[in-house]
Amino acid sequence: MRRFLLVRLLVSALFVALLGRLWQVQILDGERYTEAAVADHVRHIAIPAVRGRILDDRGRPLARNRAAMAVSVDRVALSRQPDHGRATLRRLAALLDRPYRELAGRIRLCGPKVGKPCWAGSPYQPIPVAEGVAERDAMRIVERPEEFPGVTAEPRPVRDHPRGNLAAQVLGYLAPDETSGGGLVGKDGLEAAYEADLRGRPGSQDVVVDSAGQVLRTQREQPATPGATLVTSIDARVQAVVEKALERAVRRARKADSGAAVVLDARTGRVTAMASYPGYDPDVWTGGIEPADYRRLISAERGSPLVSRAVQGQWPPASTWKVVSTAAAAASGYDLEGRYDCPGSYRIGGRAFRNFEGADLGAMDLRRALVVSCDTIFYRFAREMWPREPMQRMARDFGFGVRTGVDLPGEAAGRVPDSAWKRRQWAQTKDRICKDAREGYPGTAKRDPARAAYLKAIAAENCAHGYLWSPGDAANFSIGQGDVLVTPLQLARAYAALANGGTLFSPRVGKEVRGPDGTLIRTITPPVAGRLPVPARTLSYIRSALAEVPKSGTAAAAFSGFPLGKLPVAGKTGTAEAYGAEDTSWFASFAPADDPRYVVVAVISQGGSGGDAAAPAVREIWAGMYGLEGRKAALPERSRS
Amino acid sequence: MTVLRRMDWRLVVPAVVLCLAGVVLVWSATRPRMVAAGEDPQTYLKRQIANVLVGLVVMTAVALAGQGTLRAWTLPAYVGTLLCLAAVLTPLGRTANGAQSWLSVGGLELQPSEPAKVTLVLVLAALLGDRPDGERRPRGAQVLMALAAAAAPLGLIMLQPDLGTAMVMVATVGGMLLVAGVHRRRLALLAGAAVAAAAGAWFLGLLRPHQVQRLLTFADPMADPQGAGYNAAQALVTVGSGGLFGRGLFRGDQTGGRFVPEQHTDFVFTVAGEELGFAGAALLLVLLWAVVLRALRVAARSCPAPYGTLAAAGIACWLSVQTFINVGMVVGLAPIVGVPLPFVSYGGSSIVACLAAVGVLVAVQDQPSSSSILPRTSGVSRPRTVSVVRRRTTSSTVAAHSRSRA
Repeated sequence: MRRFLLVRLLVSALFVALLGRLWQVQILDGERYTEAAVADHVRHIAIPAVRGRILDDRGRPLARNRAAMAVSVDRVALSRQPDHGRATLRRLAALLDRPYRELAGRIRLCGPKVGKPCWAGSPYQPIPVAEGVAERDAMRIVERPEEFPGVTAEPRPVRDHPRGNLAAQVLGYLAPDETSGGGLVGKDGLEAAYEADLRGRPGSQDVVVDSAGQVLRTQREQPATPGATLVTSIDARVQAVVEKALERAVRRARKADSGAAVVLDARTGRVTAMASYPGYDPDVWTGGIEPADYRRLISAERGSPLVSRAVQGQWPPASTWKVVSTAAAAASGYDLEGRYDCPGSYRIGGRAFRNFEGADLGAMDLRRALVVSCDTIFYRFAREMWPREPMQRMARDFGFGVRTGVDLPGEAAGRVPDSAWKRRQWAQTKDRICKDAREGYPGTAKRDPARAAYLKAIAAENCAHGYLWSPGDAANFSIGQGDVLVTPLQLARAYAALANGGTLFSPRVGKEVRGPDGTLIRTITPPVAGRLPVPARTLSYIRSALAEVPKSGTAAAAFSGFPLGKLPVAGKTGTAEAYGAEDTSWFASFAPADDPRYVVVAVISQGGSGGDAAAPAVREIWAGMYGLEGRKAALPERSRS
Repeated sequence: MTVLRRMDWRLVVPAVVLCLAGVVLVWSATRPRMVAAGEDPQTYLKRQIANVLVGLVVMTAVALAGQGTLRAWTLPAYVGTLLCLAAVLTPLGRTANGAQSWLSVGGLELQPSEPAKVTLVLVLAALLGDRPDGERRPRGAQVLMALAAAAAPLGLIMLQPDLGTAMVMVATVGGMLLVAGVHRRRLALLAGAAVAAAAGAWFLGLLRPHQVQRLLTFADPMADPQGAGYNAAQALVTVGSGGLFGRGLFRGDQTGGRFVPEQHTDFVFTVAGEELGFAGAALLLVLLWAVVLRALRVAARSCPAPYGTLAAAGIACWLSVQTFINVGMVVGLAPIVGVPLPFVSYGGSSIVACLAAVGVLVAVQDQPSSSSILPRTSGVSRPRTVSVVRRRTTSSTVAAHSRSRA
């Protein structure tokens, strides 16, 4: 029967088709499907390496790790659930007592149209949504996987700061990095500078998961290598003394808003303490920072606590600068032992440059000029040396105008203005200035015609001659005013060079890198950045002058009653005029004056005169370091001699 | 042992081997699911063993009943399945995967569309095979009666709606009409009507949205791998990852990870594909092919008694088309319409229906209608060889006859 044959053929054709297709799927395309299956059921999990600790000079931890229960969500497993995991996420939000929107936001994949929070890492990796979860809640997740499919809770190391706010800006912080798959990376301070040492090598694990994202077994595992320990030269006790003194000084000064202080080992160039006020609690970064907290950290009204003012803050150095001017004058032939007149004001180009508070102090030597901080003597030097620029050269030799190269990110370079800088500046601003010179200030003219006329005259002058480095500019420069800017660290290393006989260091906070087991990997030595081209006689002359400042000079009031016999402190006050604000208060010092070991520099923004705000803070720091005035010594015995 | 002697071992052995393979594969597919749910991992293993045992009893009973009894019970059985199919549509029925195809009776879950395949084959065989005047073709009235008899269960199944079973039934009916010798023009007419009906159903929107979705997904399986195409994509990936020899029984990560939905029922073939590889999966297909070929052999042997021929051919068409749809939807040759793999998939109704069909194939090999004078049960007095010779003679006669007509 032909129809039988037909049925037989049809039936056989069906089976042949199936076998052929099966061969194609399993053998010819098998590799492709195997890859797809592996992508389905194998998850590549990065095992974060335990981050290295940051220790202080005495081995006390400044940043370490503690175990915190972290809850992670597997996006893939969630997306397989009928409602794409909404119900699971809602249950999780209720358990963790967090808004559902926040959790949902955290597991969104970052993209051009997706705002924060979002996940920047691999979509196939469990996404951490909460850290520091209470043990009880974490156990609920672990014990009831059917209630929380695709959710895992496990202990993870998180950054811990046992000393709270201490040295927050120096330590820096960790934040998820978009280029490294959402892992935590040091973003500021030592955490960023020594990222490569601290990070360690992450391990990885291939686990087989089921369709709900639950791990069935481990296929391959490569353990993580923990990060190295960074030993710093920071002394936690000194740091605490410095921060307390800084805070007290800022609070005491009526309008002060911020400040910074640096303690440098003058002989080695190591940073013993470095503080910036206001500070903040670095634990706000743990587990991902809340947007509100971040806004607070960068808000100008709250003093931008994230800014490390010791290396990033820039102010005119005011009279602390006279050390540079004196060295430059001596190098230019002015006799150190000669006597110079210190009138109440000094005329340059038809403008009177006044002494501080206009006082006429009579004739004096340069030692006295530094002790009482006479300005007019330096105006004269500047006027007479103009248009040569020996002071600028000396300032650069003291390490100003360039970054110190400290092992901290984001350092400011400061500014040493000169005629070339003035020309560049004018080229950039002349269009606007000359427009103002032509059109005046119509807005201001309505309210205050006299002021508008004055501003217009200045604009006209600047438009015509602004490219010139004038004798007036030189005079301002000589007393550290005008356009000159320094960071507290720059000033500290300049004073360290003065104190140690001329060696200019590139300061270092890091001292040693040690393996997790304590073996020394490398020692960090502050490199020598240069030597002061100043004869030892001049340096010693300046040092002895500064030793007089706390006794009978501008810091005498601040140091009244201080046991200078036990610890002879030498220093220089600085009071920088700030346009439309209170003066910036400086005090730069070193001790012991006869054989300097440490340099302490403090600056209080809007603190008033140097003797009023910064000098008392520095006094408190010295007293705390050496255990004077009834305090316990923060420095260990061997570091005090 | 009469029973053992009467059994057609070349048919029964592959069928039973398929059942046993099914038991193991169902176990492998359900074990991780039950462990994850915190239940006895052997639950489905035990149930499927019970299903197979019940099926074997039914198969033996049907085989022993013989053709006469079978014919006598055909109508009641047919009416019974129709009633069950109707009952499924009442609140007695239970819905799963978008189709109301289950009947819950005293804790037992029945799927009446499975036995309906057997009774349909038997009814059609009886209606089309009734040739009192020795005609070669069924008369028009017979064809119309047969179509009416097929339309009743088909309609009820379409109401569930169970597209897969309906497709299997249409193919079975078509195959039987073809073998029954219905005139070529009438066949063409019917085929045209079927195509028109299918097109009508599509364009008039008679299909449920999920059915349309499945058919569209078949056209482009990777269009939405996480959504509608998830089953198809996962099934393909799971089978494809098996390679030549598979990952080893119980060692498939896709199966162990429960990535394929309905893996112990409609997608049981994926377990074989992943864990046993091409070697194992192809062996399953070859065994099914062997059963189908044996059924066709029985059909050819039963000539000229049209009842046995038609029943056997109907069963062959049913099993082969159902296999094709089931494996085809796994490997991307057929849309995801949801039919079990004969003998292998989990499910008592399916296993019992398939083994009952095997029983029917054994029963129709004995031909009481054409040889009722011979004693039916005296195996000793009627040697097997004789009957084989006789059968060969008859089939060659028919062959010669049909050649002369061609």
